[in-house]
Amino acid sequence: MALEIEIMVKVAAYTGGGLAMGLGAIGAAIGEGYTAAEANAAVSRNPKISADIFKNMLVGQAVAESASIFALVIAILLLFLDVPVPTLLKAAALLGAGLCMGLGAIGSGVGSGYPGGQACTGIARQPAVTSQLTTNMLIGSAVCQTPAIFAMVISLMLMFLDFGNAPLYPSWAAYLGAGLSMGLAAIGSGYGGGLAAGASCEGIARQPKSATNVTTIMLVGQAVSQTPAIFGLLVSFILMFKSYPESTALSASMALLSAGICMGFGGIGPGIGNGMAAEGAVRWVARNVEHAGDMMRIMLVGQAVSQSTAIYAMVVSLVLIFVV
Amino acid sequence: MAIEGVDIVKAAAFIGAGISMGLGAIGPGVGEGMVAAKACEAIGKNPKEAGLLTRTMLVGQAVSESTGIYSLVIALLLLFVV
Repeated sequence: MALEIEIMVKVAAYTGGGLAMGLGAIGAAIGEGYTAAEANAAVSRNPKISADIFKNMLVGQAVAESASIFALVIAILLLFLDVPVPTLLKAAALLGAGLCMGLGAIGSGVGSGYPGGQACTGIARQPAVTSQLTTNMLIGSAVCQTPAIFAMVISLMLMFLDFGNAPLYPSWAAYLGAGLSMGLAAIGSGYGGGLAAGASCEGIARQPKSATNVTTIMLVGQAVSQTPAIFGLLVSFILMFKSYPESTALSASMALLSAGICMGFGGIGPGIGNGMAAEGAVRWVARNVEHAGDMMRIMLVGQAVSQSTAIYAMVVSLVLIFVV
Repeated sequence: MAIEGVDIVKAAAFIGAGISMGLGAIGPGVGEGMVAAKACEAIGKNPKEAGLLTRTMLVGQAVSESTGIYSLVIALLLLFVV
């Protein structure tokens, strides 16, 4: 029997490693492809500064790559992890860790491709502000990486925390749910943050004088777009650290798994929606900077309403964890 | 792990509640974000009408919110009533 559990833990670790890298490769590849496509269009528009555009493309792609590199690190760790005390609980946690990192890298990868692409287009249009565009691109895509970093933190915790003698039923579902909650919720926030950052690079190239206002509203918009990912992180923490009474009832396990699924999927839409709102606001602040205050206000109101469904999802998750 | 009929029904209701609210939150979130983006655009084009545009945005978002509320209602029904 001891051997069997050891094999189960290995199976979970390898499956988790495959999922982490397989899912984690999706986002960055799409994002970097977008950056390269825009760079090609930019070079054909203004071939004289192709060296600058090429340099900016590579820097932008390098940042977009980081989400995938997080996934690679987690996948390698899962493949070579040495589990001192193999238990079925650890197997569930390792599978959760892989899912969390794989899903969590998708949004950030796709999202950080947008500022890269728009910065290349902007350099072709307005070569005088190249360094300003590169700086803004770097700030925007760095913020896009936050959800992927949250996912990496949860993955590492699931892999290395010692869960002691928590009861197998229903704790296995809590650890799997923690991974799903963070991984899925990171998709929307990463993608949404990218939309805002892309629009800001486009705006600065169009109207370099508005750069300060544009960067400010981009950061505010991205910060609000991060909220669903933070809800996902919160639910993950609660699922990991709450202690559960032992219960072999199927319903007790399913309630915890369902809490993770609910918060995870529930965070996708509001994250993207908040990013769209921020994108619209950033784009039009660049075009009409005198009314930046009005647009900031309506962006925040719109984002707050769009956030509401993520809050419903969090409420249902918390009910599933604490009440039923 | 003896699984009984009542237990399976309860487990299915919990999973259903999570899926209902989780997937149901995607649409309204994206839709309301689109509304807000266009409202910002409209204020950029015509800042004088900011009040009217805010009102229109909020009414539009409220209607788009309704499917999210349906999901919430179904989730709560699955958790506490069924």
